[in-house]
Amino acid sequence: MGFFGKIKEALKKTRANVAQKLRQLFLKNKIGDAFYEELEEILISSDVSVRTAEDVVEQVKEEAIGAKIKDEAFVTDLLKDILEDTLNEAPVPTIEYPCVMMFVGVNGVGKTTTIGKVANYFVRQRKTVTVAAADTFRAAAIDQLGIWADRAKVRIVKHEEGSDPSAVVFDAVTSAKAKKTDVLLIDTAGRLHVKDNLMNELKKMDRVVAREFPEARFYKFLVLDATTGQNAYSQARVFKEAVSLDGIVLTKLDGTAKGGFVFSLCGELKVPVVFAGVGEKIDDLELFDAEQFVEGFF
Amino acid sequence: MALFASLSERLNHIFSKLTKRGKLTELEIKTAMREVRVALLEADVNLKVVKSFIAEVSEKAVGQKVLESLNPAQQVIKIVNDELIALMGSGNAKLEVSPKPPTVIMMCGLQGAGKTTMCAKLAVQLKKQGKHPLLVACDIYRPAAIDQLKVVGGKAGAEVFEKGTQDPVKTAKEAVEYAKKMGYDTVVIDTAGRLHIDEKLMLELENITKAVSVTEILLTVDAMTGQDAVNVAETFNARLNVTGVILTKLDGDTRGGACLSIKAVTGKPIKFVGVGEKLGDLEPFYPDRMASRILGMGDVLSLIEKAQEAVTEQQAKEMERKMRENAFTLTDYLTQFETLKKMGGAGALMSMLPGAGKLKIRESDLDEKKMERTRAIILSMTPKERENPQIIGSSRKRRIALGSGTSVQEVNQLLKQFEQTKLLMKQMKGGKRRMPF
Repeated sequence: MGFFGKIKEALKKTRANVAQKLRQLFLKNKIGDAFYEELEEILISSDVSVRTAEDVVEQVKEEAIGAKIKDEAFVTDLLKDILEDTLNEAPVPTIEYPCVMMFVGVNGVGKTTTIGKVANYFVRQRKTVTVAAADTFRAAAIDQLGIWADRAKVRIVKHEEGSDPSAVVFDAVTSAKAKKTDVLLIDTAGRLHVKDNLMNELKKMDRVVAREFPEARFYKFLVLDATTGQNAYSQARVFKEAVSLDGIVLTKLDGTAKGGFVFSLCGELKVPVVFAGVGEKIDDLELFDAEQFVEGFF
Repeated sequence: MALFASLSERLNHIFSKLTKRGKLTELEIKTAMREVRVALLEADVNLKVVKSFIAEVSEKAVGQKVLESLNPAQQVIKIVNDELIALMGSGNAKLEVSPKPPTVIMMCGLQGAGKTTMCAKLAVQLKKQGKHPLLVACDIYRPAAIDQLKVVGGKAGAEVFEKGTQDPVKTAKEAVEYAKKMGYDTVVIDTAGRLHIDEKLMLELENITKAVSVTEILLTVDAMTGQDAVNVAETFNARLNVTGVILTKLDGDTRGGACLSIKAVTGKPIKFVGVGEKLGDLEPFYPDRMASRILGMGDVLSLIEKAQEAVTEQQAKEMERKMRENAFTLTDYLTQFETLKKMGGAGALMSMLPGAGKLKIRESDLDEKKMERTRAIILSMTPKERENPQIIGSSRKRRIALGSGTSVQEVNQLLKQFEQTKLLMKQMKGGKRRMPF
């Protein structure tokens, strides 16, 4: 299986489904308004926002009409290209070391699992990794991260449940500096973006890293569940305002949800998708590739 | 709970346009329905569900009744409202109780939906009803899931039955035996999150239902779920014949359209909604109230019910009199704060009021620490000052600030806030925020 094979694999179910629908459309061999409407609906059913779906389809329509082409392959390629361009509007940041990566998001999107996988990813690249258990709120979250740290064979910095997450971050940074760790991964508690007090807590952690470890590159990743609908946009917008975001980790792509909301995130908020989670095992993580992602859609 | 706020604002906007146009034409209904379609899709209602909804509503709206009506906007709102209620089912579904105890409740759902937390919330709820629940840890896959259930179970004051990573089917069976022996009347089984397309794990759930006699199979769904909610609900329902649905994380700003979709495709009642991280943050689901909420009428009924739990009737009457006579004082303000705390915080409460979505109350304005400071300030006032805040001059303010360990600015802020509250009450009483019908 190729490097991005897993994304493709994970989206196979999606692909079969959408491709079948699309093929049906193309076989009608007549591109009328109904065709474009159905095209739009396929996108909407994949959680692409109504506005993005309308815009993209409008673009395809204009170009297809302009070129007087009714060929199904042409229209497919055109749509893929436009979608891919949208995903590439925000460039993926290059990783420089030493670095700190903080993972944020609402409850239950898979932050802790993602950190386990990302830790493993960097270990495989022969980097030294430390994880910080700054989710001191959810019951047994620290234990959960501890198990992942064991699996990935990396160090963990942790305090008691209920302690101040910023203090955990402070200790983790101190420890990472002293041990010259390449990558420090910070797990944070799931928080709904509408809870101001919890968002302030996050901002504090953000400030602690920036202040205590200025020599490290600091990346902040929003973890989003592919099963989510349009609320993903609201999450991304608010988390971006609070701590600025360097990228998105799209999890649970091994289900039937398509995660189509990422088009508006990349297009409008200019936040790139960096990693994709495709399963529960430690190596079920891929670097996100726009071409493969779009390819997998059809 | 900002539930459906955006959708209701959207529909309000659409219908305020209709109101301005006076009588409805077919074309106008079509235009309105196009916007309803977008609003519902943006709210994550499944496309298929939206389509049938629009078709039904349009059919009814384009009929004579609307065209002949004196107030077309009200008619359309009523039709949309009725259809939303019909879609979400009617009545309030309670938990079934098995005639042969123990009643066994099995939770199921995708990863991260909130099953484990919900188990503890259910335990709290059941205990409130005088039941003796036993929680069973059958999530043997996610690291530390058993520990998590033990911790939240402990907080709920419920015993947790666990057999480590033993086969969940066996654990479930043993748990029910144990419950019988120990006299637990309700068994809540926590299961691992799983994808609906994971054959092996779906089979495991089926096997649990074969091994023990399950009264309730509750599908737990994240309220933020998008279009896929339909696939998830359809598959779980087809495999397990679920008895009900629990929606979680409704305290976010999701429009929660998933609940419409799930109800539409499974026909199964939504039994509870999770509205916060605290174990008491569990509410029953009322389709009619939810529909009113979608239409921006607020959840007045739910508010009344909550208030009844926390306030005695006498207190409520007294408060109502004071609101009516505009005799609301800082002492009442203090009582209000304490009542609010009992009712789950001001944010939850305000969002249930009609038109409160427009007030843009931020969580930070209502946080608990601030409430504590407010309390301290009011307690540092003399009874006379509390009744007559107008007499509080700058020297009194300094004394109050000193006495409460706050600053003069904070005292000023509180007094201003109090005046605004009084004003708000006056407006509500005056019916400025009149309900649509």
